[in-house]
Amino acid sequence: MSALAYTVIDSRTLLRRNLRRLRRYPSMTLILIGMPIVFLLLFVFVFGGQLGHGLSSQLAGGHAGRDGYLNYVTPGILLMTIAATVQGTAIVVAMDMTGGIIDRFRTMAIARAAVLTGHVLASLIQTLASIAVVLGVAIALGFRPTANPLDWLAAIGLLALFAFALIWLATALGLAAKSVETASNTPMILTLLPFLSSSFVPTTTMPEGLRQFAAYQPFTPVTETLRGLLTGTHIGTHAIVAIAWSVGIAAGSYLWARRLYNQRQPR
Amino acid sequence: MSGAREPAISVSGLSKSFGQTAVLDDVDLTVAEGTVFALLGPNGAGKTTIVRILSTLIPADTGEAQVAGHDVASDPDRVRSAIGVTGQFSAVDELMTGEENLRLMADLHHLGRVVGAARIAELLDRFDLVDAAWRPVSTYSGGMRRRLDLAMTLVGSPQVIFLDEPTTGLDPRSRRTMWDSIRDLVTDGVTILLTTQYLDEADHLADRIAVLDHGRIVAEGSAEELKRRVPGGHVRLRFATPEALRAAADLFEGGSRDDEKLVIQVPGDGGVASLRRLLDQLDDADVEVEHLSIHTPDLDDVFFAVTGHPAAEKASA
Repeated sequence: MSALAYTVIDSRTLLRRNLRRLRRYPSMTLILIGMPIVFLLLFVFVFGGQLGHGLSSQLAGGHAGRDGYLNYVTPGILLMTIAATVQGTAIVVAMDMTGGIIDRFRTMAIARAAVLTGHVLASLIQTLASIAVVLGVAIALGFRPTANPLDWLAAIGLLALFAFALIWLATALGLAAKSVETASNTPMILTLLPFLSSSFVPTTTMPEGLRQFAAYQPFTPVTETLRGLLTGTHIGTHAIVAIAWSVGIAAGSYLWARRLYNQRQPR
Repeated sequence: MSGAREPAISVSGLSKSFGQTAVLDDVDLTVAEGTVFALLGPNGAGKTTIVRILSTLIPADTGEAQVAGHDVASDPDRVRSAIGVTGQFSAVDELMTGEENLRLMADLHHLGRVVGAARIAELLDRFDLVDAAWRPVSTYSGGMRRRLDLAMTLVGSPQVIFLDEPTTGLDPRSRRTMWDSIRDLVTDGVTILLTTQYLDEADHLADRIAVLDHGRIVAEGSAEELKRRVPGGHVRLRFATPEALRAAADLFEGGSRDDEKLVIQVPGDGGVASLRRLLDQLDDADVEVEHLSIHTPDLDDVFFAVTGHPAAEKASA
């Protein structure tokens, strides 16, 4: 059998292992998925009534007040779901790397890429499932996307691509962490970035310095593209910038993670 | 498969430093196929570092090492296909059951469903884990965990097995069970390199023993050869009166005598025959012994004999 075939087989074996581990340790997934849901409820019901009035009808998807804000904020909440879930990626990667089992894998003739690929694919499935749950909650609250099937397909593709990028980043952070505690803390910065983007309020309302930051950080173009696909707002050049950011983060993080994995010195 | 006459493990001039600290200093080793070789030494002697280099986890700074006929530096994947490693730290997946852990190994060795299932059933039975097979490993005792760990190492039928302190932290009974399991492996014809801090463990299991101190091999030989170099084995006799001590001292001229404590140490291995002879001699001379104790050589004695300093000194290294 070819080397590629073995890589696929070993990755699938380790993917199964990681999904099984996620099922055995559900509290972590529940805590991670709870965060975006809490923020969704908080922003829609506490701030949403007021914030909705400040939105143009176009940004609010033709709704007014609280309903308008729900339509505005949901895409950002979905991205926050990704940012929250990948904290789990960093934790499970660090758990593996600080435990004894990784040394067992490294002394076996397993396809080199399979260990990390198994983690990344399991996290991707976990993240997409989390997004589906959070989206379900948003729809239950009254989120009314106007997307046609093609828009949906593009939206799912964008979410998967951006999740893939952040998962590789979290994998690298998990590999770089000296302990599971560090691994659970460092990716938290990712959950702050949506607040400093157009996810919660339009960047035009921000002071100059912050607006510059928000305009050039990845969450803004990804939010704008996703919002455009789901609720019909203007996308423009955001789509290409969002894809560029995602591909760039994925590639850079992949190379970083691979280097850390290959170079990792023992305890 | 390597040639029959080739050693299973051969190491020459192996050195390794971590920063400024030299952990291994010019180590040479040869382990013949189908034998058990023990690396004996205290914590920090470099035992684990040798295992990590030979099992392709870390590179050596200088020197050469071949395992199962393959160079660990230039052909690590071939080495990995031939070895099994049970490390000091438990390498089992806590969140999965024993059966799932073994299944994971079978899948990673590409054994296929039928062969894999048969191998798993055989190993569960052999390591007395059949009843616990469907329980998560987090509920296992320390001994069960080690047995599962070793069973996982065996799934791929390795030619060369590395066991890094296989019984450290186990209670005496689990230790015995582990020893039995390791001895059974030898009858299968595999080669084993094990590390240990205990002379009795090396004594029980190994054909040859190398004593490691400060990253250097300071003595090598069979257990018998090593123990012959150890003056520590003796019978200690304490007497109630100076007269009895004097009488005994006349009987055992080779013994060392402590007049103050009324104690004589008679060199000997503590075996039943020599002990009976010793007691007969005392009886014949009508000498009353107040207390008798047998002192067998341990790692400290071997250490002291070959390095000139006690092992305990190095414990923090």
